Amino acid sequence: MCRHLPSWACAALALGLAVSAAGDDDRAVREIQKYRQMLQEANPAELSELRGEDLWHSPRGRNHVGLERCDLGLGPGRLEGAYARLPRYFPDTGKVQDAESRLVTCMLTLQGMTLEEATRDWHSPNSDMEALVTYVAGLSRGYAIDVPLSHPEEARMAAAGEELFFRRSGPLDFGCSSCHSMPGRRIRLQEVPDFPDPASARGAMTQWPAYRVSQGAVWTMQRRLIDCVRQMRWPQPDYLSDAVIALEIYLQRQANGGVMQAPGMRR
Amino acid sequence: MPHSRRQFLTSSGTVTLLTLMAAAGLLGREAAARQWNKSAFDSKNIEDLVRTLGGTAPERSDDIVFVGPEIAENGAVVPVEVASRLPGTDSIALLIEKNPNLLAANFTIPPGTLPEVQTRVKMAETCDVYALVRAQGKFYYTAMQIKVTVGGCGG
Amino acid sequence: MPNPMRIRARSDGDIVQVRVLISHVMETGLRKDAQGELVPAHYIQLIDVTYDGRIVLSAEWGPAVSRNPYLAFKFRGGAPGGKLRVTWTDNLGETQSHEAAVE
Repeated sequence: MCRHLPSWACAALALGLAVSAAGDDDRAVREIQKYRQMLQEANPAELSELRGEDLWHSPRGRNHVGLERCDLGLGPGRLEGAYARLPRYFPDTGKVQDAESRLVTCMLTLQGMTLEEATRDWHSPNSDMEALVTYVAGLSRGYAIDVPLSHPEEARMAAAGEELFFRRSGPLDFGCSSCHSMPGRRIRLQEVPDFPDPASARGAMTQWPAYRVSQGAVWTMQRRLIDCVRQMRWPQPDYLSDAVIALEIYLQRQANGGVMQAPGMRR
Repeated sequence: MPHSRRQFLTSSGTVTLLTLMAAAGLLGREAAARQWNKSAFDSKNIEDLVRTLGGTAPERSDDIVFVGPEIAENGAVVPVEVASRLPGTDSIALLIEKNPNLLAANFTIPPGTLPEVQTRVKMAETCDVYALVRAQGKFYYTAMQIKVTVGGCGG
Repeated sequence: MPNPMRIRARSDGDIVQVRVLISHVMETGLRKDAQGELVPAHYIQLIDVTYDGRIVLSAEWGPAVSRNPYLAFKFRGGAPGGKLRVTWTDNLGETQSHEAAVE
């Protein structure tokens, strides 16, 4: 059945996606853009930012303290521009971490929470984690994404992320690159970023975390990647796992120089 | 400083905003006492709704500007904008034809406030959305069809 | 802050443009949760906006207003520094009130 189609289209059809080439649904796209523009007047993600700010300062966990001393890479409590420089290597944990995993580190070490307590709601809508990541990301608004890969661990993780990105696997022989490595693709009227192209990568990564219209909720990049991988019919990666962070650092590196606008709005 | 508190419900099951605002010292002299109009929200068609709101025979009008997307990506969040050019507009209501309840929202426009509002509504499915305006005691409406790709009332 | 509210009020000559984003679940009572149970109706019914104590907008809402409702409108006679207050009450009797200054 699939021999006459390019493999990406075949796999997409197998997933039940309506993939269309640029130019097919222009009118529909224009109307959807109008819809999104009207919503952009007040992004519901702004409420997550407010909640996140509140949570940042709320004494929680066994130690009953806030997160004010949390180090997201620029020093304890220095948040402005921190998200734009993540993921990065942290000497205290010896790992490359993104904003989400770093917040978890702080919840454990500063606030005295258990891993279970800090991570139990990560996939629930309007979770504390979503609010905190949105708050932190919002404080990088206007900053350029800066992932220099200056530490060998960062370079190693980015290389692993790139390999994962291009790897085809799973029952559908599908990979990220199957949809995300060519220009002008759309899925259900949302433009699909072409990550090997830095301009396209910048357009995408600067919008996350994003209010996802289809979900009526803000999603973090961590959550989005885990769901994408699941949709490819790959085994779902663990929350905060190296596999997700490797992909994330690869994608952020591709988007280097892009000016952060998050929280944004996506399908 | 925001404050939030539970209030006891009146015996009819609704709360009088007037009482709460008076308690919070928030009222100016122009405040009008009001309760939530349950029968308006239970109305099943536009004629019944207008009757409940004290009017008769709504007329279609081109002097009501309705701005909305032709396609709503998510029926749970549909942005709409209504501006009335009818002199003496003092209320603007939004009606959604195929929703479980026709009336979505009713805005009272006091003197000094422009007769225009923007909000976001849930639509169960593709249908007509109406803007119902009261001006100088008479009711007028306009409508626009909005297509919904993912319905937004339940599930 | 369990129910944050973002109030933006900007004056442009005589007109103040108000934009409010309210945190509220606005449950219709028709939605089922992950366990298949109906989530009870919980939505804002009454909302008032005052400027220096006088009402500049009031509204009655039903459950068809979207979750985390957005409201925008304009009124005359406001100036920078004037106090805008948004107060809502929902069907369960909960109420919230937030204030912001006009910019």
